Amino acid sequence: MTAAVPALQTQTGTPARRRVRPGTIVRYAALTLAALVIILPVYLAMITSILPANEVATVPPHFVTLHPTFENFRHVFRVVPMWRFLLNSTVVASCITLAQLVTAALAAYAFVFLRFPLRRVLFFLFLSTLMVPAEATIVPNFQTILHLHWINTYQGLAVPFAATAFGTFLLRQFFLSLPKEILDAARVDGCGHLRTLWSIVLPLSRPAFATLAAYAFLAAWNQYLWPLLATNKPNMQTVQIGLRALVGNEASDPGLAMAGTVMALIPTMALLILAQRHIVRGLTGGAVKG
Amino acid sequence: MSNIATVAAPERPAVSAALRRRISYAAQAVTGYVFLAPSLLVFAVFIFYPLIKSIYLGFYVSNPFGNGQVYVGADQYRRVLSSDQFHTALVTTALFALYTVVGGVVLGLLLALLANARLKGIFIFRTIFSSTIATSVAVASLMWILLFNPSIGVLNWALSLLHVARINWLTSPHWALFSVSIATIWLQLGFNTIVLLAGLQGIPDELYESARVDGARPLRQFFTITLPMLSPTLFFVIVIASIRAFESFGQIDLLTQGGPNNATFTLVYAIYRNAFFNFGATGVASAQAVVLFVIILLFTAIQFGVAERKVFYG
Repeated sequence: MTAAVPALQTQTGTPARRRVRPGTIVRYAALTLAALVIILPVYLAMITSILPANEVATVPPHFVTLHPTFENFRHVFRVVPMWRFLLNSTVVASCITLAQLVTAALAAYAFVFLRFPLRRVLFFLFLSTLMVPAEATIVPNFQTILHLHWINTYQGLAVPFAATAFGTFLLRQFFLSLPKEILDAARVDGCGHLRTLWSIVLPLSRPAFATLAAYAFLAAWNQYLWPLLATNKPNMQTVQIGLRALVGNEASDPGLAMAGTVMALIPTMALLILAQRHIVRGLTGGAVKG
Repeated sequence: MSNIATVAAPERPAVSAALRRRISYAAQAVTGYVFLAPSLLVFAVFIFYPLIKSIYLGFYVSNPFGNGQVYVGADQYRRVLSSDQFHTALVTTALFALYTVVGGVVLGLLLALLANARLKGIFIFRTIFSSTIATSVAVASLMWILLFNPSIGVLNWALSLLHVARINWLTSPHWALFSVSIATIWLQLGFNTIVLLAGLQGIPDELYESARVDGARPLRQFFTITLPMLSPTLFFVIVIASIRAFESFGQIDLLTQGGPNNATFTLVYAIYRNAFFNFGATGVASAQAVVLFVIILLFTAIQFGVAERKVFYG
């Protein structure tokens, strides 16, 4: 806390002052220390995944290695269908993302540009879905999937998440800021609503769609409880559930577990680096103005 | 005749214009409903129906002689609410929420304050601080299983350097909930830091300017300006962190499976065990799920009631 306080001064101080002050050095030291602590679990996972067998599980632990190896990664592919896990996760997360973009775009368009009876009631209905925790609906949802014979299917994993109230609000906020005149012009030109959405609203709202896409993909890729319930065959499991098989028993090998962990983490890390701005905006939602 | 004609003629287009407006309005309404239909269908099948079904199932117990259901009414809710399992699970979940919310918000605020400076390379630190938002609960759990490992984990190795006896982080009933909380705090630190940092950046510089003119010291500025101005954001983070704590499942499942000695047996984990591993306890699981729903609803209501603007959490 004390180290943090000079920040306020630095932030508000005159930019002309270029001399390095002791406060700045203390702050850099504190920032570095905090960054090291936060990154430690990820760093250890990465280094453990490339350690040779005789350097894994040693005391003291190896923080660096002179003999990096991909043997742990090869081992993962021998023990579990890792490619299949990654494929399943990619298919399911992509389907959920695409479906959410379509359903949320249609719903947001209706709420913003169309007038119809019960609009406010339906809007409240959308709002109310945010208050229902997924954990409270798993029993009937599992039964539904069971009756539809959707256990171990992509539709069983994806369809329950094909619509999103959060995404609808995100797009709605953006649509509300669009200039009305452009849309009126489109209507006069005789564009149908679907065409107006596709060729006018969509191109103007790219940032909002990118935010929703990045956020939806990340959330779908990282799901745990539902994929655990909706699958029981390894061939249909997502990578998050596949990881379970790597820690199941006492004799589990840290090198193996961390190689699997790193493979599950890489796609989301790549997405974070590519679309950090969008993900941050999606996560913080209406909490702060993004 | 001619009189009627002259009166009727100008009226004719007026009538059809009104009619056209009505048709256009009806067409717009139909389009609206069609556009909302896909979302409403998914919500109906996978949110509203299961919620009502959960409440309904809470009134029934599975018939042990067949697949039928026996109506027991509110009895089951009464029994669930007064059962030892429910009380233990509720206390455990509340403690877990207390640890993760206090720890997560305090650390998140510290990181946000640290990162809220105009320094060279600050974006690198901000990226690292927010990096855990991309981490899934399964990935985080596997990483922390390695850190918590009693014989080869880095935590016990660090303790041994300080000549502190090794801790059975996940297998000791005294430590397990605390350990799961640490992993959870780490996982959610990215989100907390991002939101709090955005909140800090929204505080106008002029407030600090005038405070400094008045001779207010940094610590005083923190308590008289930063904290009050940040309170809506802080409140939002606290509510979201509480909701997430009550909904946590993956880390419990992977780190401790509710053990040791039920030390990490939370409400959501109880629902999961009763629903899928405890034959004939579907009704109990449903009743517990309804209680969970009510708890989350209370948190949301508090958020909506206190915060002036609408807050959406994904």
